[in-house]
Amino acid sequence: MSDIMSAPHQHPAMTFENAASMGLSREEWDLIRTRLGRTPNLCELGIFSAMWSEHCSYKSSKRWLKTLPTEGPQVIQGPGENAGAVDIGDGLAAIFKIESHNHPSFIEPYQGAATGVGGILRDVFTMGARPVALLNALRFGAADHEKTRHLLSGVVSGIGGYGNCIGIPTIGGEVNFDSSYNGNILVNAMAIGLANSDRIFRSAATGPGNPVIYVGAKTGRDGIHGATMASAEFSDETESKRPTVQVGDPFTGKLLMEACLELMASDAVLAIQDMGAAGLTSSSVEMASKGGLGMEMDLDLVPAREDGMSAYELMLSESQERMLMVLKPDATETARQIFEKWDLDFMPIGKVTETGRLVLLKDGDVACDIPLAPLVDDAPEYDRPQAEVAKRPVLASADISDDRPVTEVLTELLCSVDLASRRWIYEQYDSQVMADTIAPPGGDAGLVRVHGSRRGLAASTDCTPRYVEADPRTGGAQAVAEAWRNLSAIGARGLAITNNLNFGNPERPEILTQMAQSVLGMGDAARALETPVVSGNVSLYNETDGSAILPCPVIGMVGTIEDIGAAVGMAPAADLTLVVIGQTDETDDGWLGVSLYARNLAGNPVAAPPPVDLEAERRNGLFVQQQIASGAVAAAHDISDGGLAVAVAEMCIAGRTGAQLTLPEGGNRHGWAFGEDQARYIVATADAPALLAAADLAGVPAATIGSTRDGGELQFGDEGAISVGDLSNLVEATIPALMSGG
Amino acid sequence: MSLSALRVAIIVFPGSNCDRDMMVAVERLAGRRPALVWHKETSLDPVDLAIIPGGFSYGDYLRCGALAARSPIMEAVLDHAARGGAVMGICNGFQVLLEAGLLPGVLVENAGLKYVCRNTCIEVVDGTGSPFTAGLVPGQKMVIPVAHNEGNYFAGDDDLQRLEDNGQIAFRYVDSDIHGPANPNGAARDIAGIISANGRVMGMMPHPERAISPELGSADGATMLTASLEALVS
Repeated sequence: MSDIMSAPHQHPAMTFENAASMGLSREEWDLIRTRLGRTPNLCELGIFSAMWSEHCSYKSSKRWLKTLPTEGPQVIQGPGENAGAVDIGDGLAAIFKIESHNHPSFIEPYQGAATGVGGILRDVFTMGARPVALLNALRFGAADHEKTRHLLSGVVSGIGGYGNCIGIPTIGGEVNFDSSYNGNILVNAMAIGLANSDRIFRSAATGPGNPVIYVGAKTGRDGIHGATMASAEFSDETESKRPTVQVGDPFTGKLLMEACLELMASDAVLAIQDMGAAGLTSSSVEMASKGGLGMEMDLDLVPAREDGMSAYELMLSESQERMLMVLKPDATETARQIFEKWDLDFMPIGKVTETGRLVLLKDGDVACDIPLAPLVDDAPEYDRPQAEVAKRPVLASADISDDRPVTEVLTELLCSVDLASRRWIYEQYDSQVMADTIAPPGGDAGLVRVHGSRRGLAASTDCTPRYVEADPRTGGAQAVAEAWRNLSAIGARGLAITNNLNFGNPERPEILTQMAQSVLGMGDAARALETPVVSGNVSLYNETDGSAILPCPVIGMVGTIEDIGAAVGMAPAADLTLVVIGQTDETDDGWLGVSLYARNLAGNPVAAPPPVDLEAERRNGLFVQQQIASGAVAAAHDISDGGLAVAVAEMCIAGRTGAQLTLPEGGNRHGWAFGEDQARYIVATADAPALLAAADLAGVPAATIGSTRDGGELQFGDEGAISVGDLSNLVEATIPALMSGG
Repeated sequence: MSLSALRVAIIVFPGSNCDRDMMVAVERLAGRRPALVWHKETSLDPVDLAIIPGGFSYGDYLRCGALAARSPIMEAVLDHAARGGAVMGICNGFQVLLEAGLLPGVLVENAGLKYVCRNTCIEVVDGTGSPFTAGLVPGQKMVIPVAHNEGNYFAGDDDLQRLEDNGQIAFRYVDSDIHGPANPNGAARDIAGIISANGRVMGMMPHPERAISPELGSADGATMLTASLEALVS
C-alpha cells in the first residue's frame, strides 16, 4: 500500500443532480464542496450522502434526542456505541438496542425482517456480549388490507428464520394493526446480550499503523445505498428498489458471532464495529473519527462476491454478516486462525493513520481522499419547525351509552385483531433455545435467567400510537410507563430503555411535533422512573405517497429480578381475590378517551388520551414489585388496551379459571370496564386484607373487585356468565382465521 | 459405575445451537461435563454416548442434516454406532441421523408449513430393549418442547408397520391440555422419536435439554435424560 500525499483526482466530478439523486439538498451539496475545497467524485459523494442521511446523521432528531436522560449509576455505556450497556450486578452488563428495518421489510418482508434481526444481533455481539434474548415491535396495516397477510406472514417467518437459526430465543414483542401502516409497515427488532462489565468492546480506532481487518461474509452488490432509501418517503416506484434490500444469511451470522466472541475472549481486539447501515462507509468513518484518527484502506483487498465492483459499490454495499476490526499487530495471526476455523473471510485491508482523513485506494489509484471531521462533525443538524398541538377535549363517560352487557362488549374487543391471541405469531419463534427462558412470549414481559444464576433479565417492547397521535407528549411518556408496568407485573424492576422513533416526514411541522413532543414525554418518564435511554434508533419518512403513519416511538425496556423463582405470570388459580392497584381518574368513572373501546365501538371520537401520572406509575410499580417479591401476589397483569375487564379476562384465559366481579354501584359500567386509566394492575392474592393494608401503608390505591373461582365462568355483577373456555377458543381463532383468509 | 463416570460426547457442527444447552443438562444430571467435539475432527475418543444436538447445522442448506451427515466426524460416529455404541440425536440431530442412515425414514416440512415452538406431551411407547426407554414406563407421559420446521416424520406404510412391530417407536405425541393439536407437525403415527433395530441409536424431535427444571416449564426432560444416562451406566 503506497502512502498518499496530495491525491490527484482523475475520477469524473459530480454535479448537484448526482447529489440530489442520492437524497442531498442544495445546501448540503454546497456544504460538501466548501468543506472539501473541490467537487467530490462518485465514491466520495456516496460516502457523504450516506453519512449525512437521516439514518446515519440523525440530522432532524438530534436536537430532541439530546434532551433525553442518558445517565445513571447503572449506565455503563449510553447512546453513541453499537448498543447501550447497563450494570445488572455480579460483574455483568446487559447490552441492548432496538433498531428498525421498516422500508426493506415492506419491499421484501422475509429478508427485510431477517436482516433486521441479524443487524441488531451484530450490534450487540460487537460489544463483546453474547446475545441472550430477542424481542420485536411490529405494526401492520388494517387486517383486511390486501397486503397485510402477505406482509405479516413474511415478516414473522423472516424474524423466526434468522433468530431460530442463529439460536437466540425470541421472548417478547408486540404486534398491532392500523390502516395508517397499509403502505409502510414497522419492523423493529431488539436484542439483549450479556457481557462481563469489564470486557465491553467499543469502536474507537487506536494506534496509528495498527491493521484494519475485514471479517465475515463477502461484499456483494446488495443493499447499496440502503441507508439513503431508509431516509426517503415511499412512492409507487419503491418496489422497484427491491435490489436495495439486503439478503441475510443466519448461518454465516452464527459463525461470525461465534468467531467474534471467541476472538474477543483474548485481548487481540482494539476496536470493532459491525457493518450495518452504509456498510464499510459508516464502520470505517465511525471507527476512525471516534478515535480522532484517520484510516487508509485498499479496496482491492476487500473480499468481494462479484467481479468488477467499483469503489462506490464496495463502500456503499450493505451486504450482511460483516465486521471491521482494529487488531493488535502481533495478534493478527491468532485472529486469522480463529476465523479460518469458522470458515470465514479474514482480510487485512488497511491501517489506522494519523491523518484524520479517509483514504481509499482502488486499482492502484486514489478513489477517495476526504477529511473525516466534516463527514461527522459538520453533518447538518436541523431545528425544523413544529406545529401547534391542538388541545383535545376530555371524553366524558356519561356521553357514552353503557346499555350493552359488559361481557358482550368484552367478547367483541378480545376477539378483535387488536387484542386477540398472538400465539400464531410467537409459536413461529424459538422462544426456548439457550434453555434459560422463564417467561416466554404471551405474558406481560419476557424473562430469561442469567445463565448459571438465579437472577433474571426481563424485557418488554411497548408503544400505543393512538395516544401519541392524540397527545405526543403524553403518548411518549405512556410508552415508557407501559413498559415499566409490564416489567413490574412479573416482578422485575426496569433499569434502562432503548427507543425506536418511527415517524413520518420530519420536514412537515405536524410530524416534527409528534417526534419532538413524544421525545420530551419519553424523557419525563425516563427521569421519573430512573430508566435512562442507553441506545436507540430513529426511522423517519415513514410515509407513502404523502400519508404518514400513526406515530410510533417504541420503547424497549430491560430490567432485572433478583430471583427468578419469585417471578409471577398472569395465570391465577381459583379462589384468589382480585385486587385492582391504582385508581381511575377522579373526574370520571373510567377514561374512555382514545381507548380501544372508543376507537372500535364508539365511533372513535376526537378526545384526549388518559393522562400519565409518573409519580403514581413509580409508586404503584414499586409496590407491585415488592408484593411479588414477598410472595403476596400469585398472579399479576397490567391494565392497558381494553381496560380492566380485558385484563381480568386475559388472566382467566391464561389461568383457565373463572371469576366473579362486582360491578360498581352507579356510574358508567363501560367506563369502569374498558377505561384505560394508567398506572393500574390487577393482582390475584390469597390474602387480600394484608395486601390492602400494605397498599394503604404505601399510599397506593387498591380495591377488591372480585375473585377467581372454579367452574370456568366469568361473570360481571348479575349479568349472564360467559364460559372462559369459549372465550379462549374465540380469542385463539382470530389471527389463524385472518391468516387463512377466513 | 456412577453416572459421573459416563463418557459423553456432543458433536458440534457449524450452525449447531443446542450444543451448550445439552452440555449443561448432561453435566447437571450426570455430574460430569461432556466433551464438545468439533465436526472437523476425524476421530472420536471412546465414549458411552454420542449426542448430535439440535440447531441448524450448515444452515439447513441442501436439506436439514444432509451436509452434517457427511462431515468428517460422522465417519467416527458411524464406527461408534457400528460397534454398538449409543447415539442420541435431538431435533436437527435426529435429521442428521436419518441422513447418515443410522435410522430409517425422513423428516419433512411440518404439515402446518410453519416453524413451531411450543410444549408437546409425548408418551413412552416402548419400555424395553433400548437404553433410551428402559428406565421409563410405557404409557408414561412427559411434557417436552419442540422447536422445528421439519419435524414431520415420514416413512412408507411397510416401514412404519415394521417400526411398530419391532418396538422401534420410542415416543409418540399424545393429547394433553397443551394448546393446539397433540401432534405439532403431522408426523406419521404421531411419531416423536424412534430407535434403531438394536435399540442403541435414538432420534427425537422434542428437546429434553430444554425441560430440565420446573422454572423452564417442565422437568420431564431431566427425567428422560437421567433414565437414559442411568441405563447406559448400568
